[in-house]
Amino acid sequence: MAVVEEVTTDGMTSEGAFVAPGQPGSLVDVKPRYDNFIGGRWVPPTKGQYMQNISPVTGHPFTEVARSTAEDVDLALDAAHAARDAWGGSSLAERAAVLNAIADAIEANLTMLAVAESWENGKPVRETLAADIPLAVDHFRYFAGATRSLEGRSTEIDKDTVAYHFQEPLGVVGQIIPFNFPLLMAAWKIAPALAAGNCTVVKPASPTPWSILKLAEVIAAVVPPGVINIVTGPGGEIGKALASSPRIAKIGFTGETTTGRLIMQYAAENLIPSTVELGGKSPNIFFGDVMDHDDRYLDKAIEGLVLYAFNKGEVCTCPSRALVQESMYDQFMERCLERIGRITQGNPLDPTVMLGAQNSAQQLEKITGYVDIGVQEGAEVLIGGERTPLSGDLVDGYYFEPTVMKGHNDMRIFQEEIFGPVLAVTTFTDEADAVRIANDTLYGLGAGVWTRNGNLAYRMGRAIKAGRVWTNCYHLYPAGAAFGGYKISGVGRENHLMMLEHYSQTKNLLVSYSDEPMGFF
Amino acid sequence: MARVVATPAAIEAVDRLRAGEGPVMFFQSGGCCDGSLPICFHDGEFVIGSHDVHLGTVAASPFYIDHRQFEAWKHTQLILDVGTGDPEGFSLAAGDGRHFITRSRVLTGPEQAALEGTGTPGVH
Repeated sequence: MAVVEEVTTDGMTSEGAFVAPGQPGSLVDVKPRYDNFIGGRWVPPTKGQYMQNISPVTGHPFTEVARSTAEDVDLALDAAHAARDAWGGSSLAERAAVLNAIADAIEANLTMLAVAESWENGKPVRETLAADIPLAVDHFRYFAGATRSLEGRSTEIDKDTVAYHFQEPLGVVGQIIPFNFPLLMAAWKIAPALAAGNCTVVKPASPTPWSILKLAEVIAAVVPPGVINIVTGPGGEIGKALASSPRIAKIGFTGETTTGRLIMQYAAENLIPSTVELGGKSPNIFFGDVMDHDDRYLDKAIEGLVLYAFNKGEVCTCPSRALVQESMYDQFMERCLERIGRITQGNPLDPTVMLGAQNSAQQLEKITGYVDIGVQEGAEVLIGGERTPLSGDLVDGYYFEPTVMKGHNDMRIFQEEIFGPVLAVTTFTDEADAVRIANDTLYGLGAGVWTRNGNLAYRMGRAIKAGRVWTNCYHLYPAGAAFGGYKISGVGRENHLMMLEHYSQTKNLLVSYSDEPMGFF
Repeated sequence: MARVVATPAAIEAVDRLRAGEGPVMFFQSGGCCDGSLPICFHDGEFVIGSHDVHLGTVAASPFYIDHRQFEAWKHTQLILDVGTGDPEGFSLAAGDGRHFITRSRVLTGPEQAALEGTGTPGVH
């Protein structure tokens, strides 16, 4: 991703931060309350209940969203089923046109949505401007292109018998989105589902239901009613109602492992497929030759380690376990800690701020608990380790210092996903030791390998049991690079053409062009 | 000595939950978003597999963990507690605007020895 070079001054304060959504002069309008987006309309929740939505930037509520119940999920499913045949029967050109129109609408509102996303999630606006929203735009364009490339296969079984294979839409799918990339993960799920001809009912994460409703405002005019439906509310109630519904043909989920199992259990009850993208504890491995020269590459590698603080560490592929070759540990970590010490933290709406607010009080509580247990286990805090005290409007926000703890791979801080700006670092002796430590984990979502030696990089990449091994880079998420987990990090892949198969049925027409009977009866 | 214990606040919350909703169960989650939180289900909602580990019983409710996660966590004691805020995932709430959390304490050598052999697979 490229760092934004030019930032508009529209909607900004004299201090150079974006005005908070809903405040005079902001690029983002905020209504007092939001209903569900069903059948292209805004539909109040059946039971009339709403829940407060908190911005982690301030720790205070700024709007209300529907606190939906199972009845509202049913309404959304009604709308999706009503739209199913028309959308499923639309031509590939028509589907691609809608996906491109969605991309264009998001792009035309890029800064507004970037500010909304930052306010909703707490992530720095410099990330949403340069990564989240542009990547979401590109994702829709990628699948607009992909859908035009859909091609059935045919096989000549013998000279008079042909097997034709068509990809057909599944129908109506359910998709559950996590809180860490509310818009980008929604794009990852919605784009392939629509490209394959499905209608969807989306449940955003309970702490981040609002930015996707802003997205719905932006795209409502270009999406046929009922093709995308969004229902907000508690996971235990509407997440369950959606995932266990006999009226969905597939469930897609990103979240944690136990809920992933629960989703698969519900899918088993209805005999439908599921895709689950779950946790990780990704190793980021730095070989000694990284420091052979003091050059741009070394600079990139140092940033590669510091990327654990990207999106406040709330990334399922957060490179939260750094494995540094013993021979260069002291010199390399000195450079990295110096860089970490220069991370600016504060109002995420300020484009110069690198580290924003954790998503919720719960997340903050959990991070604090992990630092505590790390210390109990004998890990050494190299930097950070505390809540960040901020003042003014941010005093009640959820801020945690960029933290590094040194220890060994058996410690729980090395084995469990902390989902915060907390790096666990340890050393390794040689290639075999690096592979052993890297794979000594329950998870297998991402990994990073840093070396100037291409052969070593290749061997490491193949030896690590993870779905994505970034080599001399990290945290790039281009559409077209398959993403998904080994081990308990999930089942299925996203972000790639192959998703079209995950969201399709295969229809086989087996056709005989012979006049000859079989001769059995 | 037990692998999982509960604070008075957690016991009170579970008791109230049981009185209103009927029996409940806990499963210790891991990884991503709401990971590392104990997920509270209506008893039987979550299917316990033959390899899941029963860590113990708190407030008359069984508490389970994945067997692979058990291996990584077994040197610590889990302490069920209550935090502020609605649950973010699929868990039942610990009362209005509150959720269950797991705190942890590293077990001493003798405590670990005393717990050797406990934490058994399957439904309890």
